[in-house]
Amino acid sequence: MNAMTSMQTQTTTDLAIAMRGVTKIFGSDPQAALALLQSGKSKAEVQAQTDHVVGLDNVSLDIERGQIFVVMGLSGSGKSTLIRHVNRLIEPTAGEIVVEGNSVLALSLDELRKYRRTKVAMVFQKFGLLPHRSVIDNVAYGLEVRGVGREERLEKAAKWIATVGLSGYENSRTRQLSGGQQQRVGLARALAMDTDIILMDEAFSALDPLIRSGMQDQLIELQQSLNKTILFITHDFDEALKIGNRIAVLKDGAVQQVGKPEEIVLKPANAHIEEFVREVNKARAIYVRSIMERGDVEPCEYSVPMNARCEDVLPLFAEHEWVGVLNDEGHQIGRVTAKQVIMALARHSPA
Amino acid sequence: MFPQLIDTKPLRRAIDDGLNWVVRYWGDGFEAAAYPLLMLLKAIEDLLIATPWWLIVAILTGIAWLASRSWKLPAIVLFSLLFLGVMELWEDAMTTMALMLAATITAIVVSIPVGVSMSRSARVRQLITPVLDLMQTLPSFVYLIPTVMIFGPGKIPALIATIVYAAPPLVRLTDLGLRSVDPAVMEASRAFGTNPTQRLFGVQIPLALPTILAGINQTTMMALSMVVIASMIGAGGLGYQVLQGIGRLEVSRGLFAGLGIVALAIVFDRITQSFGKQLQGRIGLAEAK
Repeated sequence: MNAMTSMQTQTTTDLAIAMRGVTKIFGSDPQAALALLQSGKSKAEVQAQTDHVVGLDNVSLDIERGQIFVVMGLSGSGKSTLIRHVNRLIEPTAGEIVVEGNSVLALSLDELRKYRRTKVAMVFQKFGLLPHRSVIDNVAYGLEVRGVGREERLEKAAKWIATVGLSGYENSRTRQLSGGQQQRVGLARALAMDTDIILMDEAFSALDPLIRSGMQDQLIELQQSLNKTILFITHDFDEALKIGNRIAVLKDGAVQQVGKPEEIVLKPANAHIEEFVREVNKARAIYVRSIMERGDVEPCEYSVPMNARCEDVLPLFAEHEWVGVLNDEGHQIGRVTAKQVIMALARHSPA
Repeated sequence: MFPQLIDTKPLRRAIDDGLNWVVRYWGDGFEAAAYPLLMLLKAIEDLLIATPWWLIVAILTGIAWLASRSWKLPAIVLFSLLFLGVMELWEDAMTTMALMLAATITAIVVSIPVGVSMSRSARVRQLITPVLDLMQTLPSFVYLIPTVMIFGPGKIPALIATIVYAAPPLVRLTDLGLRSVDPAVMEASRAFGTNPTQRLFGVQIPLALPTILAGINQTTMMALSMVVIASMIGAGGLGYQVLQGIGRLEVSRGLFAGLGIVALAIVFDRITQSFGKQLQGRIGLAEAK
């Protein structure tokens, strides 16, 4: 192994998933279109000149272990293409993908299958359930492919069915279930694999709002107890803000901004992202700790914990001028005023 | 008149001589190769004729009930079979049924693997599709004559002609069924690390089964539609009765035997269709479409 690759693995081993300059071009002669793209032409120009579609344009992402990383973009932004590169359902035209320190692109076909069986599980927008199998056999499918014995896999499957709240439906057919229930089966199927990484491709987009909200809460809860790395794709900015530890915004196959949810809300990198930000409920997206006055201040009459959001403190300003912010041990680490909150909420309104 | 560009006589003579040469030197080889087919046909025919009529009626009516879970289909099957018996066509019907079953079984064994390979490779599909077109459109007498020359008149050429005519729809529908499995399900299966064989047997074939069954249904129907032609070269059975009816100008004989073929067709068509519907319901495709 030469010095360069060893250096790269060093920087990428701590990450769950690292993507470096990943580019995907759909068409008969992607290399020619790639050269054009690298010479500085835009996605639209490449498409006009060569009739090749640029799916991903030089995407680099660092996804740390144990976080929910959300890739947000409108339809056609390349987000579903991106997630399929992680388990190589789609082969990149150029770039490097390193998962848990190992290059995914270097895997042989057999190794790739083994990698899919043991390292990454996936949840799909259209569920992708097997209609000829019962719920429990669907959940056990990944384990069956892996070669786990019948008794063991059914036992595990039953456990995960209970976790996602579908006990009693083990022997139902998937078509008999509602959309939300079907996606719970999809989620249980991925969780039953017990992989460190779970890929979720618009997993909740096909569900109606109430069910979706419930599934989001459940996902956050599961993530806290299982500490998985979850790569989550969505077109819904609110959903991204709610569940994401970090968010990458994708447009025309290129990453526009990567950061914590509030960073994106408070400092949108460009007009495209600001458009999203304008539509969201900022009071929910912004944590008070990120706008508070830090330091030793006199104890306030009323305080909120560190993970409180603006919407949690808004009602308190009717009675109090200041609201204290406490850390996990209960010590006051700062305070926030109504004025600060209002400024944070108003900052990025159209000028 | 279209101008004569080349003299086709030598070409025709070459083909005719070639066939004669094949018959003379390879005839025995072909006959030996087709022997297992003949054994299959004979075994089925002997079994059907040796089985008492009431047992066959009971079995088919029972299968009809299993396929439909209602009284209607078994009643139709019972009536059709009793019609064959009452009209003194029972033994001929068994001979015809044996020919149809042997052709269908052989077609299944051959067509499904061919359909699978077509569904997997565009090249194979390009190659096989014109062959299937040829098999379905070439008038059967064209290949009947050389088969009779090679195998001699009798059951083998009749069976081969029936298979050639009846197999294509099963190949086509197997290919179609396997390729039209929901791509989302296929992708999910791929994402879980399945290899092509696991996908074929675990996902594609189970989900394509209703379509494949529709192909089997088509094959049985087309096999039955060949029985009159098959009986011209010695297949016997109901087709032969029809031929005799034509030959002797006995309208009644031809009519009853013809209705007998229809009765058999109804029995097998309805039973395979009900199984297909049941299967679709089980997979859950019935509500989806």
